[in-house]
Amino acid sequence: MRAYDLIELAGRNLREAGLRNSLTTLGIGVGVASLVAMLSLGIGLQKLATRQLGRSGLFDTVVVTSRQDSRGPRFAQAAPVTAQTKPLDDVARHNFEQMANVAEVYPNFSAVGDVRLETDKTGNHFTVVGTLPQSARTGEAFDDVQGSFFSSGTAEEAIILGDFGRDLLNLPREPRGTDVKLTPDQANQLLGKYIVLRYHKREAGESAPLAGNTTKKGQADPDDVDSGDDIKAEDAQSFNLVPKTLKLKIVGIVSSEPNRGLRQGRTPMFLPLQLAESLDMVQAGELWSTLRPSENKTYIALIVRVAKSKAVSQVEDEIRKQGFSTFSILDASKGITRFFTFLDLFLGIFGSLALAVASLGIVNTLVMAILERRREIGIMKALGASDGDVKRIFFVEAGSMGILGGALGAGLGWTIGRAINFATNIYLQRQDIKPENFWVVPIWLVAAALGFSVFVSMFAGLYPASRAAKLDPVQALRHD
Amino acid sequence: MATNGTEFESVRTVSVVRHYRLGRSLIPAVDGVSLAAGRGEFIALLGASGSGKSTLLNLIAGLDRPDSGAIVVEGSDLATMTSEQLAQYRRHTVGMVFQSFNLVPTMTLYENVELPMRFAEVKRKERRARVTEALERVGLSDRMKHRPSEMSGGEQQRAALARALANRPKLLLADEPTGNLDSKTGTEIMDLIRELNRTLEMTVIMVTHERSLAERYANRLVFLGDGKLVGESINELEKIGAAR
Repeated sequence: MRAYDLIELAGRNLREAGLRNSLTTLGIGVGVASLVAMLSLGIGLQKLATRQLGRSGLFDTVVVTSRQDSRGPRFAQAAPVTAQTKPLDDVARHNFEQMANVAEVYPNFSAVGDVRLETDKTGNHFTVVGTLPQSARTGEAFDDVQGSFFSSGTAEEAIILGDFGRDLLNLPREPRGTDVKLTPDQANQLLGKYIVLRYHKREAGESAPLAGNTTKKGQADPDDVDSGDDIKAEDAQSFNLVPKTLKLKIVGIVSSEPNRGLRQGRTPMFLPLQLAESLDMVQAGELWSTLRPSENKTYIALIVRVAKSKAVSQVEDEIRKQGFSTFSILDASKGITRFFTFLDLFLGIFGSLALAVASLGIVNTLVMAILERRREIGIMKALGASDGDVKRIFFVEAGSMGILGGALGAGLGWTIGRAINFATNIYLQRQDIKPENFWVVPIWLVAAALGFSVFVSMFAGLYPASRAAKLDPVQALRHD
Repeated sequence: MATNGTEFESVRTVSVVRHYRLGRSLIPAVDGVSLAAGRGEFIALLGASGSGKSTLLNLIAGLDRPDSGAIVVEGSDLATMTSEQLAQYRRHTVGMVFQSFNLVPTMTLYENVELPMRFAEVKRKERRARVTEALERVGLSDRMKHRPSEMSGGEQQRAALARALANRPKLLLADEPTGNLDSKTGTEIMDLIRELNRTLEMTVIMVTHERSLAERYANRLVFLGDGKLVGESINELEKIGAAR
């Protein structure tokens, strides 16, 4: 029998017992919906968790420190100092950049300086200055940025934290460490305005003329009053500390600290990475190295961002082999993945239960149909239908209920997910928590649910179909 | 005229046996029947109920299989066929009509006649032509959209005849075709069957228990009793040969 005849016959049979078949199909739909709803909850929660963790900048990041000095971040792993230890310099940085799966390498930068608004001659704020690579743009801190991200890696621009913004505006301080979001009015007083940063440049070589430098800068920026801040080089053999000033435009204000997990302490102001590197600012941890002459510039710590979080351990191993200390929170991420696999499995089993019950409904409906259509099956056989034809008709009926039920269920599951998401977000908003999309229905889940539903239905149709095919036409046609 | 050589033979059964198991005992429904029907012949199978005439018809129709013996129709032995081959045989070689018409009640007349062509995988365009042709032949071309429940018994049996003709079979098997009809409509149906027998040269084997009907239409009467062939008579009154 041709496919369209098969489908047509199956279709008319389904319509003939419309109510019963609709109810059975609805049952399948509910089963699929519960499966879709359960799994999309699992997937959504997993995505939420990995997104939150991923955007904290920790899961694809390896922090590299040198084994030969102890000035690096406290979280550097204690590693035995071996003969292999190498300085963490530009050569090492270049090596890391060349590794497979490494997306970018940048220094963990932390300097100090005095900052004030260009228009505010008096209010100097001593503060820590950090940097952000261009890739930080997608970080979660920039979800509710006021203003924008840096226009380029070398732009003379700054992004500040909300509470530092209050400092600049001479508003009373919030409790320390709380995330502060400025009112639009306050933000407008800062965005696009200029701030003046006073810092110290690290200048190698012998006795750089400090005075000359300041004068030059002074000409460029006459507002900068730089008084007797001259710092004499501690050791002319290594480098000099040259005071400098720089005018920066405030482009963005964020309430929470970007890439917070990588730093210690609070960094209230950020410069573009390349700009900061070109400035050669003296970094916070470098005071110790001022006492120790060194030819080359070395880094306190380098942050290696890995392209895929799966490759973190491989990159980490490679860097360790080169003689550096590394740190990542890979193991935590492995545990999370395992947890969510179990959660998905658990939710999936629960969701499938309803589908299993629904498939019994299909068996029931089709066995009933055989009893009802006994004579019809006999007629079809007398007219030349083979056992296979009869079997296929029942099979297609079961499959059609599966497809319809699956489509219905996927739609229903999606709607339920949406509704719960919506309701929960209203609740979260009332609680002043940022709404989250924790219910995710990916297209592959819809396709898989549909496929699974068809498969389960066909499987349920197996017994009725073969029973119908085996029906003896002589018995079926006996007129009594 | 019936038995002049195998090339004119349509059906031959050789010592066909078919038992039914009823509890512990074995009922011989057909017990060694040998029978031959020539092409274009009209045979009536007569006998009391339980004589095995319907069982024999079902065996020839390929709906049932003999326990022993051979049933050769148009040169092939049904007893050796696979069930798929039997279905093929029912599709192309046999047309059947029943006492209770056996139209599918949920289908229109058109769909009922079309049904065997679905199994025979006839192309859609050709189906329409063949349905129309078959319904014209039985005089129902204006009732195509009607369902069986909207038709009289005589019309239903004519529709069943049209359905039996759809795949242009060589053999028409009729199981008490007038059993559910009054004598007037029964006569109409029988006239129609005889006309098909003559104009399409279809071999007809009809089961009946009405001897008068058989004598009026069939050119050979075969009597069965307790599953065995108990008698045979060439119908002198029937003038098929002359009409040809």
